[in-house]
Parts: sequence; C-alpha cells; structure tokens
Amino acid sequence: MGGVGRYIIQRLLLTIPMVFLLLTVVFLVLRVLPGDPVSAMLGGRNISVEVIESYRVRMGFDRPLLVQYGSYLGGVARGDFGTSFRTGKPVLQELFLRFPATIELAIWGLFVSIVLGIVTGIHAATHADHLVDHSIRVFHIASFAMPLFWLGLMFQVFFAVKLGWLPVAGRLGGRLAFTFHSITGFYVIDAIIQGDWTALADIAKHLVLPGCTLGIALTGLQGRISRASMLEVLDADYITTARAKGLKERVVVLGHALRNALIPIVTVFGLQFAVLMGGAVLTETVFSWPGIASYLVRAIEARDYPSIKGTVVFIALFISVINLIVDVLYSIIDPRVRY
Amino acid sequence: MGQHSVRGAMITRALHWATRKITRGRRELRGQTILKIGLAIVIAFVLMTVIATRFPALNGYHPTLYREGTRLEGPTATHWMGTDQLQRDVFSRILGGGKASLIVAFSAVALSMVIGSVLGWISGFTGGLLDRVLSLTMDAIYSFPSMILAIVLVAMFGAGLAPMIWAVGFVYIPTYFRVTRAEVLQVRETMYVEAARAIGVSNTRIVLRHIAPNTINAIMAVSSFNLADAILTVAALSFLGFGLPPPAPDWGFDIQNGQKYLQSGAWWLITFPGLMIITLSLGFGLIGEGISDLVNPKRKRKRV
Repeated sequence: MGGVGRYIIQRLLLTIPMVFLLLTVVFLVLRVLPGDPVSAMLGGRNISVEVIESYRVRMGFDRPLLVQYGSYLGGVARGDFGTSFRTGKPVLQELFLRFPATIELAIWGLFVSIVLGIVTGIHAATHADHLVDHSIRVFHIASFAMPLFWLGLMFQVFFAVKLGWLPVAGRLGGRLAFTFHSITGFYVIDAIIQGDWTALADIAKHLVLPGCTLGIALTGLQGRISRASMLEVLDADYITTARAKGLKERVVVLGHALRNALIPIVTVFGLQFAVLMGGAVLTETVFSWPGIASYLVRAIEARDYPSIKGTVVFIALFISVINLIVDVLYSIIDPRVRY
Repeated sequence: MGQHSVRGAMITRALHWATRKITRGRRELRGQTILKIGLAIVIAFVLMTVIATRFPALNGYHPTLYREGTRLEGPTATHWMGTDQLQRDVFSRILGGGKASLIVAFSAVALSMVIGSVLGWISGFTGGLLDRVLSLTMDAIYSFPSMILAIVLVAMFGAGLAPMIWAVGFVYIPTYFRVTRAEVLQVRETMYVEAARAIGVSNTRIVLRHIAPNTINAIMAVSSFNLADAILTVAALSFLGFGLPPPAPDWGFDIQNGQKYLQSGAWWLITFPGLMIITLSLGFGLIGEGISDLVNPKRKRKRV
C-alpha cells in the first residue's frame, strides 16, 4: 500500500481515541453537572414525582452512570445518536437533514475568507511596512476583534433593510421556499441539476450576507498567517536567486514563493474549521439559517439532551474528518512531507 | 540575630529585583505604541464600567428605568445614541454595559491560566503516561469549536456570571496547557535545569524556580489574546441570552434586543454596543501584539 494510504489509515485509527475522549467529555459535562435532564425537559411545571420517575426509567436515567455511559458509547458506535425529546425523530436523521445547509454556508464563508485573507495577506507581505501593509494589518486585527453576530446584523440593517438589495434571512425567499424541490440538500447544486436558474439566483442572493459575515470574521486569522508566512518565504535564498536571475517580481511571488508560503496557511485550515463551526452557530442564528448549528441552539433552549449530545458528537466527528483531509492536503502541497 | 540578617538580606534582594524589573519594564514600554494604546483602551473601559456601575445615571438618564415618551428615537442632541423601545438612553446603557464582559473575561482567563499552566507544567515535567493522557484530552477539547463548547457548557450550567466564567474558562484550559507544556519540554533539556537536578534540587523547586518563570512570558501574550477572544465569546453568550438577566445593561444582550427592531431600521440599537465590544476586544488584542513584540523581538524584524 502506498505511503499516503497507510498514513490515512494510521490517522483514522488515531482519531478514534480523540473522538472517544470528546464523547466522554460531552457525556460527563451533560450528565454529571447539575441540572436533572428529566425535570429540565418537563419544564418547571407542577409534575408529580411518579411521572418524573417514570420518565427517568423510560429514558434510562435510573441506571448507574457507568451503564448509561456504556450504552451511550455503544449507541454512537452503531450510529444511534438517540431520539430527540423535542421532535421524537432520530437525532442523526435530523442532523443529516440540516447538515448540507451548514456545509453550504461554511464553504462560502471559507471561500470568502481565503480570497480576502490570502490575497490581502500576500499583498501586505509584498508591500511590507508601506501604508498598504499597515492598512491591511489594521483590517486583519479589526476582523479579529469583531463580534460575528454584530457584523451579520449590521449587514442586515444596511444591505437588507436600508438598501433592500439582499434578503434579510433564510435560504430561499417567497414562493420558492415552498415550491423548490431539494435533492441533495445543497441548494446550489440542486438548482443547477434541475436547471432552475431563478431559484439559483435567489439562493445565491440569500448566501451573500451570511457567507460574507462568516468569511470576514475568519479573514483576520487567514490574512495574518498568509502575511507572516509570505514574509518568511520572501527572505529565503532561493527567492534572492530568482530575483537575481532577473525574473519579474510577479513571477517570483506567484511562481516561486506562493507554494511554500501556502504550507502554514493550509495547516491553519483544520484549526479554522473549528472556528468556522463556532461562527456558524452565530451566523445561523442571526440569519435563521436552517443548519445544524441553529438546530443546536434550539435544542439547548428546549433542553433536548439527546439532540445536544448528538450534535456535539456529530460536530466532533466532522472536525476530525476535516483535520484528516487537511493533513493529506498538506502532503500534496509539500512533497517533502513523507509518510 | 543571624536569622534576622538573613531575612534582611532576602528582603533587600527582593526589593532590588522588583525595582530592576519595574525600571526595565518602563524602559521597554517606551516606544511600544501598540502596547500603550491597548493598555489605554482597557484601562479606560475598566474605569468607565466601574464609574457607570457606581453612578448609573451619570449623563442624566438612567440605564434601566424607562420613561414615557417617543420610543425608538434615533440619535439626537439629547440622546447621543438614541433610545430603545422602552425609551431608555442607549448611551447610558452602553457606559455600564461592559460589566459582565470584563468580569467574566478576567475571571475566566485567570481560571484557565491557573488550571491550564499547572497541568501543563506537571504534564511536561513528569512525562510518561500521565502526559500522554493529558495531552490527548487537551487536544480533543482544543480541536472542538470553542464557541460551541462554551455555549453548550453555559446552557448546562445555567445563565449568569458564574456559569459563564466556568464555561469560558474551561474552553481556554487547553491553550495554556499546550503553551506551558511546550515551554517546559524546551526548558527541561537546558543545561541549567540539568545542573539543578545534578546538585539534587527537588522537582517541585525546579518547576517553580527554573521552569515556571520561563513560561510566564508566553503565558502573558497568550492571555491577552484570550481576553480579546473572551470578550467576544461573552458577548456572543449574552447575545444568545445566557448572560445577565434583564434589565441590566449589557452589550451582547442589548444587541439581541436591537435585533427585534432591525426591520424598522433602528440601527443605533445594534451599532453602538457593537462598537464598544470591538474597541474593548481590540484593546486586549493590541496588548497581546505589544507583549509578543516585547517577548519576541524577531517578530518585529524589518525586511532589508
């Protein structure tokens, strides 16, 4: 088997203890910490002890903690994330239904942050210590310090309410929300498959504000790393050589420096996905985006423990997979990395 | 008598050390524009919050008492930042609205700093199975989206200041763990630690006397960035409704409140609290930048 193949398998095996640990942390946090799930679920209403007790037995909360832990782990291993208290449907099924929305938003956000971050970062690096550099750095730091939900609301106020250019919230507007037929759950792909161009335009319009909100919030990190990485590479001897050969600066930067500068940038990708998912919670809340993050917030509000746990585990698994993909990407960009 | 002179010498030495640190600190502070701006912002915000909490109606309008009159009035000469749906002055609410953010951010970062660094020192110094288990656990927590973790934790703990401190604090523990552990591993191999071990210095003493001081710089820079991040996390938690109960003024909560009147174009309800959050978070971020430059002058290196 090839080097990369073996590496992927090794990494997959390594994610098992990682996910196992996260499962344990989640279980402990949700079960051991104060707050009885059953009384929380039934609300502060006046319910007799017998009813609460019957619910406890039905949901298995009467068993010893270790047994609960075991059955919880076993369930997850079999792909059983439990049933939502709130809707009565399997949690995993609900998550899969909402997952495409989150991914669509995340990809668009990532795209915006890559374009803005890498382009501005490299531009700053090639103009180090000039006014451009300083302005870009201020922009990066400001994007770091900006509350994402605030940015989203400001966008809504100006571009949706005042100017009326874009829709305030949601994934689809007007009649389309009822008539649009979704196949994959990824609306952009669905619209293209069906050749429904009016829907595609509407979907794109709905994506602009949440995507930019998420993207700009991530730009700071991306941009700062791009700048630092590019500066580092531009100092290298082979860049001096390339310049000495009389190559155009554009060729030196884009042809010689960029590939090496990309290595740390890609490394941050994995980390960024965690930030991206965190940002998605707020973006989805602000823009009423029907993804897993807003599902989590609603589950929390309803004290729907199986859904909360399921979503957390789902996100943990997803992050592990992303980290794995990033590591493999890493080997493609940097051939020196051997497995 | 002998005992006394020894103690005297120790006090002299300590004083000497302190003055040296302070004078050197002042010398290093000179020319650190970024650090100074950051410090000025943070100090100004702390003072503003303390004063506004002590004297709420400083500008003539009480932040929590509502009055009769026109609701949702835009910025005017009398209400600089407009009024909300209960005819409360937005400006007076903004002055004291950072209380929860500051309290939670400082406490949470202090909490995670202590727990994380101690675990990091122990883990890095002892190594072995304990180190492996701790590292793996911390990596697992670290890889998970911190915002989601904080939200889930706070949801479990319940709303309020103390739950927010625990939730936000928990999220940052792995950061300090990783920073200190990495430093410890580096310092552990140095000659002077080996020398200390060779002359029979106890492990506790090696950690406290030789390893801990070496990790302080890194921890300081990291904690400033964490404070900047904590301000945003607290704002987000308050925005989602896990913060102080109303009617207490709070930036995050006020933004959530403003969201309801967004469609009617009441931009001032959202804009001003948000600007406060940005400025404060920026202040901590600048301090972090400044400290990093101080600690690691290579970062500032100009290109030839």
